[in-house]
Order: sequence, then structure tokens, then C-alpha cells
Amino acid sequence: MSVTVFVPGDSSARSVGADEVAQSIARVAAQRKQPVRIVRNGSRGMAWLEPLVEVATDASRIAYGPVAPSDVGALFDAGFLRGGDHRLRLGPTGQIDWLRKQTRLTFARVGVIDPTSLDEYAAHGGWVGLRKALAMTGVSIVDEVMQSGLRWRGGAAFPAGIKWKTVLGAVGDRKYVVCNADEGDSGTFSDRMVMEGDPFLLIEGMAIAGLALGATEGWIYLRSEYPDAERTLLTAIDEARAAGFLGDDVLGSKKRFDIRLRRGAGAYICGEETAMLESLEGKRGMVRPKPPLPAIAGLFGKPSLIHNVMTLAAVPLIVERGGAFYASFGVGRSKGTLPFQLAGNVKHGGLVELPFGVTLRTLLDEFGGGTASGRPIRAVQVGGPLGAFLPPAKFDVPLDYELFAQAGGMIGHGGIVVFDDTVDMAKMARYAMQFCAIESCGKCTPCRIGSTRGVEVIDKIRAGDRRDANVALLRDLCDTMTAASLCAMGGLTPSPVLSALDQFPEDFGLRTAART
Amino acid sequence: MDSNKVADAGTPARTNTATVTLSIDGAAVTVPAGTSVMRAAFEAGVRVPKLCATDSLEAFGSCRLCLVEIDGRKGFPASCTTPAEAGMKVRTQTEKLAKLRRGTMELYISDHPLDCLTCPANGNCELQDMAGVVGLREVRYGYEGENHLTAEKDQSNPYFTFDPTKCIVCSRCVRACEEVQGTFALTVEGRGFQSKIAPGSGSFLESECVSCGACVQACPTATLMEKSVADAGQPDHSVITTCAYCGVGCAFRAEVKGNQVVRMVPHKDGKANHGHSCVKGRFAWGYATHPDRITKPMIRGAITEPWRTVSWDEAIAHTAREFRRIQAKYGRDAIGGITSSRCTNEETYLVQKLVRAAFKNNNVDTCARVCHSPTGYGLKTTLGESAGTQDFDSVDHADVIVVIGANPTDAHPVFASRMKQRLRDGAQLIVVDPRRIDLVRSAHVEAAYHLALTPGTNVAVLNALAHVIVTEGLAKDDYVAARCDPAEYRKWCAFIRDPKNSPDAMAAITGVRADDLRGAARLYAKARNAAIYYGLGVTEHSQGSTTVMAIANLAMVTGNLGRPGVGVNPLRGQNNVQGSCDMGSFPHELPGYRHVSDDSVRALFEAAWGVTLDAEPGLRIPNMFDAALDGSFKGLYVQGEDIAQSDPDTQHVTKALSAMECLVVQDIFANETAKYAHVLLPGSSFLEKDGTFTNAERRISRVRKVMPPLAGLADWEVTVALSNALGHPMSYAHPSEVMAEIARLTPTFTGVSYEKLDRLGSIQWPCNDDAPEGTPVMHEKQFVRGKGRFVVTEYVATPERTSRKYPLLLTTGRILSQYNVGAQTRRTDNVAWHDADVLDLHPHDAEQRGIVEGDRVCVRSRAGETTLRARLSTRMQPGVVYTTFHHPDSSANVVTTENSDWATNCPEYKVTAVEVTKAGASSEWQRRYQEFSRRQDDLLPD
Repeated sequence: MSVTVFVPGDSSARSVGADEVAQSIARVAAQRKQPVRIVRNGSRGMAWLEPLVEVATDASRIAYGPVAPSDVGALFDAGFLRGGDHRLRLGPTGQIDWLRKQTRLTFARVGVIDPTSLDEYAAHGGWVGLRKALAMTGVSIVDEVMQSGLRWRGGAAFPAGIKWKTVLGAVGDRKYVVCNADEGDSGTFSDRMVMEGDPFLLIEGMAIAGLALGATEGWIYLRSEYPDAERTLLTAIDEARAAGFLGDDVLGSKKRFDIRLRRGAGAYICGEETAMLESLEGKRGMVRPKPPLPAIAGLFGKPSLIHNVMTLAAVPLIVERGGAFYASFGVGRSKGTLPFQLAGNVKHGGLVELPFGVTLRTLLDEFGGGTASGRPIRAVQVGGPLGAFLPPAKFDVPLDYELFAQAGGMIGHGGIVVFDDTVDMAKMARYAMQFCAIESCGKCTPCRIGSTRGVEVIDKIRAGDRRDANVALLRDLCDTMTAASLCAMGGLTPSPVLSALDQFPEDFGLRTAART
Repeated sequence: MDSNKVADAGTPARTNTATVTLSIDGAAVTVPAGTSVMRAAFEAGVRVPKLCATDSLEAFGSCRLCLVEIDGRKGFPASCTTPAEAGMKVRTQTEKLAKLRRGTMELYISDHPLDCLTCPANGNCELQDMAGVVGLREVRYGYEGENHLTAEKDQSNPYFTFDPTKCIVCSRCVRACEEVQGTFALTVEGRGFQSKIAPGSGSFLESECVSCGACVQACPTATLMEKSVADAGQPDHSVITTCAYCGVGCAFRAEVKGNQVVRMVPHKDGKANHGHSCVKGRFAWGYATHPDRITKPMIRGAITEPWRTVSWDEAIAHTAREFRRIQAKYGRDAIGGITSSRCTNEETYLVQKLVRAAFKNNNVDTCARVCHSPTGYGLKTTLGESAGTQDFDSVDHADVIVVIGANPTDAHPVFASRMKQRLRDGAQLIVVDPRRIDLVRSAHVEAAYHLALTPGTNVAVLNALAHVIVTEGLAKDDYVAARCDPAEYRKWCAFIRDPKNSPDAMAAITGVRADDLRGAARLYAKARNAAIYYGLGVTEHSQGSTTVMAIANLAMVTGNLGRPGVGVNPLRGQNNVQGSCDMGSFPHELPGYRHVSDDSVRALFEAAWGVTLDAEPGLRIPNMFDAALDGSFKGLYVQGEDIAQSDPDTQHVTKALSAMECLVVQDIFANETAKYAHVLLPGSSFLEKDGTFTNAERRISRVRKVMPPLAGLADWEVTVALSNALGHPMSYAHPSEVMAEIARLTPTFTGVSYEKLDRLGSIQWPCNDDAPEGTPVMHEKQFVRGKGRFVVTEYVATPERTSRKYPLLLTTGRILSQYNVGAQTRRTDNVAWHDADVLDLHPHDAEQRGIVEGDRVCVRSRAGETTLRARLSTRMQPGVVYTTFHHPDSSANVVTTENSDWATNCPEYKVTAVEVTKAGASSEWQRRYQEFSRRQDDLLPD
């Protein structure tokens, strides 16, 4: 009988040689006539342990990692197919501290199952939410989402339930569910991990939303840099359709819902929901003014529910277990869990799903294990390239949307990028402006011209050119961008800039601490 | 940009009947729901600073100058994109807003040249104005940063320049090209600071730009700038007038400096064009002061003699003498006149009055003879009035639009843009045309059906459509029962049901698949509102009048008449075709389409004019030619028409002209007809006189004098002088007095006056006590004739058949940049787009004949032959070739035949059997023409 071996097909694992490891295992197994069944699962999210190979033993799955192709022979020698001991042996996967301490609701199946196996998805609790939803009215589904306290897993963290309610009440001959899978924030990868590791979860979440709101079509806008996710999603969509989970008659309900996938063209701004809609419609990705809200007039002018992957992926569980169950996690008005993503100069990077309320310090110390360089942490940037830089003094603020915002931060998509004490924060501020200059859609003036001027003014400050006057100008510019920009791209760019200036004035050549 | 003297509310008006009341800076204002805060502020007299907003375009929200504060809302919403809501309290001026606006303006100016004093937009620049309004005093960024100041200027377009150094990337040009014009030629290229406006990948001239001027109109800076303004400077005053090109009748503001036109700007309040324009009206007005203009009267004894410049008095006296001499020698009917569809209503009225009262015969006709005379006949017969049924605005309510034998994007571009707006909003389109015209498939427009019929089979197609409607029970029986004559309807039903009219039977004749005929018929019949628009592809056939009646039948049987969104709409070729017909230009009709044989009508005019009128209709244009050739017609007064180039069978026409003893041509140029003339009277362009034009929607609009006539007299004054010299006194101090006379004598014009035109802007006739402000939609309660009349429209094939010798069918038409015989547009920079007529043919036909792109080819028909360059085009169907008639040296009308509409003699320009062969040199006719033209040019004074 063959032994099942899991070698992640996740692109982060592949980028460190998972494909070669899988080939090597297959080859050695054949040579040694030890039949194996290799499953290309998703990643468990422990980036420093990839490629993380797991072997299914009678008792549990035993993890080995990080495995290099050259280790494979020795692993066979050590009897790893039976869980044998080896220097790379990490023990039962579920017992690894890093995983054990997490609360994996959204990521429950990621890394566990074969991503495109309908059977495994079903065997691990898949489709329960959808089947339940088919027996519910739209209103009652929306009520569960309201009750769950689920909020959009992006910058503004808008309550999902209110969006659902708006789309439900909007009048239109067609409605759409649009999944924003343009995961463009630096240091974020949770969307990708779900799409590569548990694609049916997203499909199920979208289908539930479609049934609840009377939307017949779901569109996924996927960033072009995710070819693996595209392949996996397309396979999963086809399989789901063939099995009747999508199509003209979802599970015999006579209700229609189907999903199309569109690939972006590499513009960060197309992660902004209205620019994404423009791009989906085949136009230049430019931000639309609001109103109208996309919930009223979105894709092709029709009422549209727009969520990112993390938001939609939370939906099946909410419907399956009820909104109250989901809301029992988290703190304050921040309900449920958030898959945090540790990246940058960090020893143990990866995906950490925890209820809201955890502190940065816990994440950085207990999970991250400090910096990869071993030097002290000087700053972290939370919430992508538009998020504020935070000094260690603020690491004890709980990750709760409101409290964190009060401290000047933005949780956003949950990306956390770590910097050690060699970082030049003036350079980082310049980088923030430059990022905006490169990625601005060019529509509104503060963002289009302001970001370029911002780079220039910071250059002058760094060069010591009329420093006080230019710092005042930079603050004025940031004020203009914050208050006058059309969308969050220009509006939030000042956040990393000003936080760097305020928290680390010495990097700008300022002797006295700047205003905060 | 438009003149900064023209108020701009920032965002388009909303028509919602529900209103909201809000407060702007403490003042309460009530506006239709959906109105922007910016526009509400405008209504309240508050001007919110703005740059990317203009009221011809939907709000965009990019410039961020128009931010406001609203109680209870966080942040600073853009007033252009924020809808007004009941109870809103808006503040447009606060310290914080002032700072933000200044901050944004500072960014703008950090990437803008500081050459205001030498900038062509100086004095009319929104950026300049706004910098002043927000109080920008310094640019702390300096001017050394990254910028666009070295970007290259695109001067490729003949009329405007694109200077990207001055661009503020507000996208107004891009949006105007999309929303207003519908061409989608412009885009924003690049992201962020690199964003720039681009006309596709090349220059403006190489791009898909159609030079409508919408982008220039929309540009708030000098980025898109008329070359004429750059040359002349800003105007000192402006005059509202009406374009003299096609039958759309766009209102323009002539911006003038002294007597010099600086530019023509489409008038926002113009009800035909709503502030839009095309390349002809907007830019191609330079002909008015072209050196070729005839500015002095000239006479000569014979066409072989040199012209002699004379005074107006001598020219008029000479002409009167000659006409009297001819009438004395050959009889009263030996002279006649031709009125012009390019002249004003008043001028046309006076010419027909001259003929009837001073010539004392009815030998008056007009160029509508060769274009829309079948419209007059067909619509009068079926509906009771010789005019289109709708206003242009009606198209906004159409759900299905049928375009038959018209190419609006070229010939009626401003209306085409309007139509395309509606199509983009979801209306469906059926095109009936032998060629794949632009509307069949262009940016964001695609026809549901293109019935690419064989030329000459319009009636067959329309009968098949009607057959489907009647046999499939799609007729609106209630409507027909209430509105139409039942006996005629029964007769027509019996005819149309006949299997000979079925799609299957007609497929073989028309070349259109039966399924497409059925599908199109169903689409038209089932629409809530379906409108038909047609052009000369309908009328210029041997069955032109039949086709018009078949169209009317179709509209009646489906109930598509008498309300907005429906109707039968002829697109008129020239600016005043409708008006010249209304004014009694036809030999059988007095003004208002009343027959000369009607004693009571004649009595009315006899009393008013103090003459006795002939009760017999006079000669039509082709009859005049025939009579000239048989020696009974010797004198002709032609005002503003070039019959030698525009009428069919040129050799026949020129023979007839050569046979005249006194041909009087009144025109702004020595045109083709003038080469055969004995008296040449300088005409006045539309810029040089007062009057009115009536467009395709019966809209009477004022033409206002912008500069004095180059030759001293307006056309109407010349006609008056001639009448006086002939002994019939005419005395008018101003064209308004002519209109007063028209109003007195014409029931559909009773309520029209210059005073009312000034007040309302324009009026759609009928305008009388029943409709004091005019009539946008006709036949609302009942048809003008009472009960609508179905007419049996038997398909009869044209006598013009293909044969082994002439295996191809030639059809003719116009293109966007040129107008009619080209006398005007050939004397403008529009030749940049079309400097010669070409022959379009399908690659298959070309290959069979060994013809490749650019070859000189000979087109030969039974009437004559000419040569021109070949262009291979899959717009054509195999077997059909196409050319335009804008250039006299290729004269398409040498080839066209004498065949004409059975009812009205409208020539069959659209179907000529021809053969096309490779040609080495010009045709014999062309050589003779060139020689003759050279000689005639030599006879003109220097």
C-alpha cells in the first residue's frame, strides 16, 4: 500500500524547491520500490520550514522541513515514510508550536487537503455552509453575516454585513459578486495561500453570497503575479461546475451562480475596488468617484458585492456555524480571526491566524522570533505599503481595528513587515512616496503630482536643503494628499511618510523630535 | 475651451421631477434629485472652483479643487461627484478648503509653464482663472522637479495644436471624445505622474480623431488650442448663428475680432447640437474669406469671352434686360430660376417670388429636386406633411433605431454622435445599407442587424419587413384602427401579405438572408419605441418616393409615430433643404406645400404680391435641361447651386447649359456652373447676412450677420434688386420683413417672427396659434392629413441593370471632411483628409480585374466614364463600388445616369451599372474638362 506524502504545491514552497523535492521523492520511492502517493497540498504557512514535507502515518501527519532534494535519500534511509527520525523531523505537524497556538478558522484546511480534490474538501467540512444557505432566505443569510461582525479585510475594514444588506436591497436586473484577488500589498500572501491551498473555500463563499443576494455571476479579479493561483482556481471552478456547485442549477436548487476569472495587468491601483471594476470592464484601471457605491452601481453599473478573498473565505464558516459562533472570537468591534502575515526581516515568517486582540509584540516575539538578521527590531509596517511605520513603543497595542487606528496604525490586510535597526526611515518615507508615484492611477491631482513632488521634497530634506522649510512643505503636501485625494492610495500615502517623520525624526536629520 | 464668458454649471442638468432642497453657504436652493452639489451651488449663485468639471460631461472628480464641507460628513467631498441631498448643509468656503485648494493648485503649477503672457489661452484659461480664484502666491516646490515642460507639441491637425506641456490631465478631452463625440480616439497613457493624453499611438492626424473639436472645446487650458486663436488672439465679441453645412443645423457662436472670425464655437444652448460640432462647422469656415471668392459682379456676351467686371447696377440692369429680351423672343416660359438649399429661407422665398411674380411663370425648382424631393412627396402622401416627424432629442427615447440609406457619422456627424450616445445606453440598431458603414460596428456600437442589400432593392427589403410584421401578428391593430384609413390599410394588408413579399421571396432579390429580414422586422416591431432615420440612400432611386412611403407604412403599422422616440426622420443633406422646400421652391407648390392650381391659395398670394399667378406647374430642373436642349428654355437664374457638378449625367447637363443665352450664376465662387454662365453675381456666405435656416427637424434658426458681405450685397438684396429691375417692386429693409411676409402667407409659419426666434433660440414649425412655441413631434393626436394613408408599394426593379458589359453597381455618397460638391470644403484645410475622390471596391472585384490599391481606374457606365484612384475595402460587398462626388475633376456624375424617381424626378445617383478597369491616363471627358476649365480660368479677371 502506498504512503501519502504531502509536498506543498504552494508557490512560496515551490520557490524554495518544493517541485524538485517532490520529483526527488517520487524518483527515490520508485527506485526503492516504496510506493508513495504525493499530494501537492497548500502551505501550512511556516515559510522558514518550506519545503515542508509531511508523511501520513497511522497516528498523524509527521512533518519534515525544510527539505532539500539532497535530503531525500537520507529521509528514505531514516524511514520517514513511517515517521522515522531524522534531523529535519519536526514531529506531528499539528503539534508544532507555531501552528498549535493559532486559531485556524479560515485556514483550517489550507495545507491539510489536496486543494483541488472535491472529495477531500467535502470530507473536511466543505459545502456545509452552501447546503445550509440553499435552505435559507437571502435575508437570513445576510443576518448571519451581520451578526458575525465580519468586516472587510482591507484598509477601511467596513462591516461586511452592511454591504450585503445594501446589495440585497439594491434594484438591478443583474447583480454581481466580485472577488478582489488583487493582493498587492507588500508582505501579504494570505489570499494567495487560500486560492492555492483551498480554492473551493473561496468558491463556496462566493456562491453563498450569490445565493443570498440574488447575484448570478461571480467575478474574480486575480493579480497577474499569481499564475499558480490562477491555474488552481480555474481547475477548481471547472470541478465545482462539473459537480453542480456552480452553474445554472446550483445543487438542484434551480438557482444560478457561476464564476469567471479575470487576470489583472500588474497595477497596484486595481486593488482599489472601483479601479478594479473599471479594469474588469476592460477599461483603464482608474478610480471612480463614490457615490455611487458599487453596492448600488458597481460592475457594469449593476449592484455588486465586492470583497477580497479573506472576507469571502470567512463566509462558509459563518453560515455553517452561525454568525454568533464567528463573533465569539475577537475583541470589541473586531470580530473573528485575522490571518496575519509576517514578512520582511523576520526570523519565522509566515501565516498566523489569530483572533483579533493579539498584540504586535506577541506576533513578533512568539511567532516571528525576532529579526532574521538577529538585530533589534526598529519598526514594523502594518497594513501594506500605505500603512504606518510603528516603533517598538507601540507593539503592545492590541490588534483591534479601532484601538490600532487610535495608535496611528492600520491593520488592513494584516500584513506585517519587519525592519531592524539598520533601516533608514527617511529612505522608507521616500519609498512610500515613490511607490505612490509609480502606482498612482494618475487621475486625481494630489496623488498624481503630489507623490512625485513628495519624493523630491524628501530628497531635499535628506540632502539638508532648507530642511525646516521643506519639512513644513512635506507636511502641507501630506495634508493635501490626505484630505484631497480621490481614493485611499493618495489619501494614505502620507501615513507611512508622516509616521516615519514623526517617530524617527533623526533619520531626516532633524535634531528635535517632530510633532506627533 | 469654450469662452469663459459662457456660464458653466460644472455638471450636466438633471431632469428628475423630484426635487431636493439643501443649503449652500447658508442659502437654500432647490434642484432636481440627482443634481450635483456643484450644480446646486451654481443655481444658488455660488461658484465652486473647478477644473475637471464642465457641464457637457459627467462628473469625474479628479482635479480636487471643488471640495466642499458638508455637515455630518467626514472629509472633504468633491462637489461635482456628490449628489445634492435634502437637508444638506454645504460650505464651499472655509479656511481649510482654501488651504487644500491652494495646495492642489500649487501642485498643478509646479508642472506648468509660466508663460501666461504669451500663451494663446491668455485671457481665456480656466487654469489661470482658478489660480487667481484660489489665491496661489508661490510654488514652494520650485520648477526644477520632474515635469512635462519639454514634451513635444503635436501640430499635425490642420486646425488645432496639442501642447502637452500645458496639459493638466483633467481628461476632459478624453471624456468629450467618448461621451460627446463617441469616437474614443483619445486615451490617458501611463500611470501616475507619467499619465498623459494620447491620440492612440501616433499623432492626432494619424489617429482615429475626427476633428469634431469636442476635445478642444473641453480643454480648460491652451493644451488643445485652435490655431486660428493662436494666430489672431482672443475675440472681442461673439454672434450666435447657424452652421451652413449639413441639415443638422448646429448653432454656433461666431467669435469675432472686428470683422474677422477668430473661431466658431458650438453653442451650448443650440437645441439641434447642444454644444457639439463636427470638423466642417467647427473648423472649415475659412472658405468664407478664401482668395477665390468672387467679390465683383461680372458679365460677358458668350462663354468664350473674357469676364468683364461691372458695377452691381450694371450687372442687375444687364440681367433684367437679357431676361426680358429672352422672354420677348422665346416666350414667357423661356426663363426660370433655381433656389438654393444653402441660402436662407428668406432668400429662397424671394427667388421663388421673383420667378412667380416677376418672371410670371412657375419655372422654379431647387436642389432638393436631386436629394429629398421623394421625402416631400412620400411623407405628404402618407402622413400629410412633407417633413420629418421628430426633433433630434427624440432619439434619446428610441429603443430600436433603424438607419436606412444614411451614413450619419460622415454626413450628419453631430446627430450621429447623439445617436451613438443612445446606442451606448442600450438602444439596438438595424442598418440597411449596401456598405458596411461605421455605425455597423465601431467603438461601443454594433448593429444588431446589418441588412447589406443590393443597391436598388430598398422597397423589396421594406416590403419583406412589413410582410413579417403583418403575417406574424406584430401589427399594432389598435393604433392602425384609431389613426389610419381602414380601406387603404386593408388594401395594403392584402398586398403585403402576398408571398411574393415574403423574406424568402425577397432574399433572392435583395441579397439579404431571409432570417435577417425576419429578425430585423421582429426587433423593430416589438420595440417599445422604434425610430427610422434615412437619407439619400432612400430617396435617390427610381423608386425613391415608393421607398419613403414604404417607410411610412412600416412606422404606421407598428404604431411608431406621434410621440418621442419614434418617427420617420429624413436626414437632410444641406443646411436648408427643409426650408427651401417649405418656401415654395418647387414648380408646383407655393410656400407651405400648397399646389399652384389651388385657386384660393393663389388668390392669397396674388393679393399679397399684386400679380396674377400662373395656375400651371412650371419646369423641374431636368425638364429645364431638356427644354434648353430643344431650344425653348434660354435663361436661368441659379442661386447658390452648382448644377454642373451636382446633377447627374454631367455631359447632358453641360450641353443644356451651353444652349442657354443668359445663364446667371449667383455664388460665392466661380463654380463649375459659372463656367457656362453669362452673368456672375457674387454671393454672400452665411457669415455675411441675416436670415434663417430650417434644419432636418423643422427647426428654424437664426443666421446672423457676422461680417459685411464681401461684395457689398447679401444674396437677398440682389434678388430684390433684380426683381425691381424687372419691374416687380420688392421692398424689404431687413430679412425679418421677409419672414413677416412668409408668416402672413404660410399657415405653418403664422407664429414665426425674428422677435420670437431671438427669444426662444429656435422654433420647430408648425408654429401657429395651435402651437405658439412650435412643434417638436408631429402627428401626436392625429396625422396632418387626418387618417394615415397606407400606400401599396410594389417593388419594381430599376431599369438600370448590370450586364456583361457593366457588371458592377456604383453607388455614391459623401465623407465626413468634405461637403457636397466641395466648393467650400475643398477651399479649407479639410483637404488634409480627402484631397481626391477615390473608388472603393471589394478586394475580390479588384483581384478579378488585376487592380491593386492606388491604381488609377476607369469607371465606365452607359452615360460616361471617368478615372480615379482605387481603394480596396471590405466595407463594400462584392459587386458594388462606391465613390464620393466632392471633386469636379473626377466628377462621379459623368458616370451617373438620367434615371430618376418616378414621382419626383429625383435622380438615381445610388445605382449605376458600371465596369471598372485599370486606366493608364485620364478619361477623354476628363481631358476635355481640364482643357475647358483652364480656358475658363483664364477668362476670369486677375
